[in-house]
Amino acid sequence: MNYGFVHKLESFGAVDGPGVRFVVFLAGCSMRCLYCHNPDAWKMESGYRMTADDVMAEALPCSCYWGKDGGITVSGGEPLLQIDFLTELFSRCHEHGINTCIDTAGGPFTDKGPWFEKFQTLMKLTDLLLVDVKHIDQEAHIHLTGQGRENICCMFRYLDKIQKPVWIRYVLVPGLTDSTDCLYRTGKFIRSLSNVKKVEVLPYHDMAVSKYRELGIEYPIPDIKPPSHEEVVRASELLTPTF
Amino acid sequence: MMTQQDAWNGFKGKNWKNEVNVRDFIQCNYVPYDGDGSFLAGPTYATSTLWKRLQELQKEEYCRISVGKDGKKRRGVLDMETKVVSDITAYGPGYIDESLKELEQVVGLQTDRPLKRAFMPFGGIKMAEEALEQYGYTPDEKLHKIFKEYRTTHSDAVFSCYTPEILRARKSHLLTGLPDTYGRGRIVGDYRRIALYGIDFLIDEKKKDFDGIGDGTMTEDVIRLREEVAMQIKALKDMKVMAAGYGFDISGPAKTAREAFQWLYFGYLAAIKTQNGAAMSVGRITTFLDIYLERDLRKGILDEAHAQELVGHFVMKCRMVRFARIESYNQLFSGDPVWATIALGGLGLDGRSMVTKTDFRFLHTLENMGPSPEPNLTVLYSKRLPENFKKYAAAISVKTSSIQYENDEIMRPVWGDDYSICCCVSATQTGKEMQFFGARANLAKALLFAINGGKDEGAGLTPYAQVGPVCEPITSEYLDYDEVMRKYDIFMEYLAGIYVNSLNLIHYMHDKYYYEAAEMALIDTDVRRTFATGIAGFSHVVDSLSAIKYARVRVIRDDHGLAKDFEIEGEFPRYGQDDDRADDIAVWLLKTFIGKIKKHSTYRNAEPSTSILTITSNVVYGKATGALPDGRKAHEPFSPGANPAYGAETKGLLKSLNSVAKVPYEYALDGISNTQTINPDALGHSTDEQVCNLVNILDGYFSQGSHHLNVNVFGVDKLKDCQAHPEKPEYANFTVRVSGYAVRFINLTREQQDDVIARTCHSVI
Repeated sequence: MNYGFVHKLESFGAVDGPGVRFVVFLAGCSMRCLYCHNPDAWKMESGYRMTADDVMAEALPCSCYWGKDGGITVSGGEPLLQIDFLTELFSRCHEHGINTCIDTAGGPFTDKGPWFEKFQTLMKLTDLLLVDVKHIDQEAHIHLTGQGRENICCMFRYLDKIQKPVWIRYVLVPGLTDSTDCLYRTGKFIRSLSNVKKVEVLPYHDMAVSKYRELGIEYPIPDIKPPSHEEVVRASELLTPTF
Repeated sequence: MMTQQDAWNGFKGKNWKNEVNVRDFIQCNYVPYDGDGSFLAGPTYATSTLWKRLQELQKEEYCRISVGKDGKKRRGVLDMETKVVSDITAYGPGYIDESLKELEQVVGLQTDRPLKRAFMPFGGIKMAEEALEQYGYTPDEKLHKIFKEYRTTHSDAVFSCYTPEILRARKSHLLTGLPDTYGRGRIVGDYRRIALYGIDFLIDEKKKDFDGIGDGTMTEDVIRLREEVAMQIKALKDMKVMAAGYGFDISGPAKTAREAFQWLYFGYLAAIKTQNGAAMSVGRITTFLDIYLERDLRKGILDEAHAQELVGHFVMKCRMVRFARIESYNQLFSGDPVWATIALGGLGLDGRSMVTKTDFRFLHTLENMGPSPEPNLTVLYSKRLPENFKKYAAAISVKTSSIQYENDEIMRPVWGDDYSICCCVSATQTGKEMQFFGARANLAKALLFAINGGKDEGAGLTPYAQVGPVCEPITSEYLDYDEVMRKYDIFMEYLAGIYVNSLNLIHYMHDKYYYEAAEMALIDTDVRRTFATGIAGFSHVVDSLSAIKYARVRVIRDDHGLAKDFEIEGEFPRYGQDDDRADDIAVWLLKTFIGKIKKHSTYRNAEPSTSILTITSNVVYGKATGALPDGRKAHEPFSPGANPAYGAETKGLLKSLNSVAKVPYEYALDGISNTQTINPDALGHSTDEQVCNLVNILDGYFSQGSHHLNVNVFGVDKLKDCQAHPEKPEYANFTVRVSGYAVRFINLTREQQDDVIARTCHSVI
């Protein structure tokens, strides 16, 4: 029995995949996105230790709300950092016929060695992935997240190859991810994939400022304001392929 | 009988023709509708014009500042009657606007002018006069003399008989909101009967009942019932006179849909002209009225626009009901509510959906005329309702936050398929049943009495007084669960006794001095009576007991040796986290309390029930209650109704709903109220998603046997902005659901606004 490190359980998620979902936020992330709104979930060891059965015991009483679309979403942190636990949890889910969804930035992905074998197993148990596109340019990606994007591109290609349904999420941050050129090229990248079912543009918000203060961490982008509704609409149009 | 046959032309069935049986008429004639809302029509010229005029009047009312006799400024009353005692025939006809009266498809005002508040002294002359004086009106001297010297009113009679013990319990806020100074309300006449049968038939039936009362021996019961039925017959005759004033003869059945709406409304109007009850429900009328609308649509004498117009004009009348209230009443039930509750949807006993196009039409008034707290539109929910209707109702919730949901699947087995909602959430069989409304007992305060040996902890109006019987206080530093439970049990036993006694006395006097003749005339003479009680402070008692059981609770005592605060060491499960350890305590508490209530004999052998429902009184009750072992500080508002405590819902909305869903309806047949606010951004990205997700939440919540859910869809930002800028036109009718009813946010007291803002908004960052 593996332990997972759980940052938080949220019984009601309606914007984390299709329908009403139970959302498991796992602790631990190796990216340090400038706009991260969960800095309290960076460290894996700060999470609660729970087994897959513990999580199922919390989630199952909510199954009556899921209807035909809902289910369980594992978010984070970065869920792929705890791939063994995630696989165990999703195999329990599939025993119960529960729809499974991973909300990931793809950072831990590699198409080599035993990790990739685990990932292949996990994909058999996963119904949908919500994958962040942080930035289309390598340099900007490193600036924004602290990491490069080659392995993430590799993951996108692999998911396309196995035709695993993906929703793309794009956080629109004025001055960082909203240039027309960047949106245009991101849109082109998205159109090159045949497994993308939906593109969600998430407007950057500064509601996490108080969390940073509580944690005593300096907020990296204090001067950036959330985008306007019109800017979000414009970005959606540039990013969204016609399905 | 010619006219009756004409009026019933095209209607099927037999039984309902020979006896008063509206349910049979409905079941024989209604057509379920499982389509969507695309057939609905916008407002007609008449509707828009009248609604515009009414909004002007409402604005004038809201802005009117009155200076009371005490010098205090109060807002929100347009006009009050000082000279005429309200009665069914007290006034001639009145209209929204004399110059627009030709446009009004459904007519009738409580007084001679719109939004003018009638003078209703029978519930209590003191309160009726105080209400006038608080808004700067002078009570008429002659009426003052009559009701002070010659005629006893309900309130005076009750207070002349109260025991010192009851008065102490009342003053300490152990018992609060008792209907001893105002009308008890909650009695729903079957107003449909007037439309279906006409008044003459109903008088004949009541005369037959009158002749058949008792076995010829004049016992007290027989005499009382004979007098009551005589009053009912007089009320029916008065209704004819009132209608004649508007140019209508309601002695026979309604012949058209317009007449059906009008006849039905006259019945309701008679009720609200004579009673200022806390809740004055309209009942379950949509399926019934749909039959009339469908008949006229089939005949080609009505089109959809005018069908919607009739519904709109009826609803406008429900939005105009006003009563003269005193300040302390408004603090209990804030925002001028009247609970003109209309129940929609539901399923029949045969499994057919009772949703008709008219159920859509009533909801559609919230689009045609904007959000509104009244009428209190209540969807009788079942997973088995047509998907289209579920989605339409959810869309209206997302758009207006003006409607509530109740579980038809658990109510139908108890109340059948023709029940109404008689208050905020309580069911009653239409025309077969009446309810004695009983406010609530403060079980959180009772816990402190148990800890302090029956002495008031000092948060209310009776600091340090011995309110309950003298018993051993708890003196240990840390609270021991078994000791607390033992002493709490003893105190609850005492509380149940004094509570039922108070209510017996109140209802005896209400029947005697403020009998609801108009409503009872439209209910079977052989009426079933229920005896409602209620619980305040529910979640706080549950969490307190859980803290004592699972953590360590240290008592901090004041100079009088009374517990003034508590310190909790360690973690404990809370109600609202879907944790059986806490939720089992919730079930125990309810079951224990109703068990103790049921031991006592009740007035007229009414069947006892209870509710977990506080309206907005959670603020007032909280104010009078000291710190509790769950960490709630002194004077802080309780969580409303059966809601988990503020801050307990750490695992999100659905876990919170699951906890409430575990509280068994069978022990609280008067209702278990739950109010939740969901941020639109957290409910879904698009309106479609929001609607589908809300339907899934409702399906999930109600499939677990839960009873009630108020749904608000807005963010805290909107509330804060509305509090800061109440003058913005978009906030004039901004409606929020609070514990079993809806209210204009701007009409809440500042404290209650703060309370609504403070409650968890289920949003996910």
